[in-house]
Amino acid sequence: MKNRLKSLRAERDWSQQDLAERLGISRQSVNAIETGKYDPSLPLAFRIAALFDAKIEQIFEAEE
Amino acid sequence: MSQSPAILRYLRRLAGFMLVYMVLIFATGYVFRHMPPEKPFAYLVAVLPALPILGVFWTIFRLLVEETDEYMRMLFVRQSLFATAFCLTIMTMWEFLQNYEVVPAGNGGFGAAFFWFIGLGISAVWSRITGSDGPCA
Repeated sequence: MKNRLKSLRAERDWSQQDLAERLGISRQSVNAIETGKYDPSLPLAFRIAALFDAKIEQIFEAEE
Repeated sequence: MSQSPAILRYLRRLAGFMLVYMVLIFATGYVFRHMPPEKPFAYLVAVLPALPILGVFWTIFRLLVEETDEYMRMLFVRQSLFATAFCLTIMTMWEFLQNYEVVPAGNGGFGAAFFWFIGLGISAVWSRITGSDGPCA
């Protein structure tokens, strides 16, 4: 699954640690999601979407 | 990086059980060398050092329950699965080597728990060095 997490974070000038603290997860988790190593659960995806005031499908996109 | 509350609890519990294990392993050895207990009391005394090891297993599995970071929890689960596979592989091969008397009977004090923890360590180090999700990924 592709995602726009890194660019959304960059727009706000947040570090991975900043984003991790806002989401209540570890920096490793943010890194794993950004690099596509890990797809978050639906509840975490909703929390990410809410943080960026966006819909899940605006952040995450299924790879063909 | 700050540790999660679940990791801090895990480390505290681990340190406690390891301390108890160190005390019991030396105390039990001393008792059997200098004042060997009679059966059935000997059974009870002999398994005393195993109890904190069971506590370590409980500590590890509590971490899987208490860790709220889902990615970290997945890593710990994978490390535990690798440790289980590693331990079963070693013990199964060892058993057949003993069955055909290629190696002597007995385990020299290295039981299943020892190999399970070795497997857990290998998986954690593998994760750290390669940046991957571990050999089970």
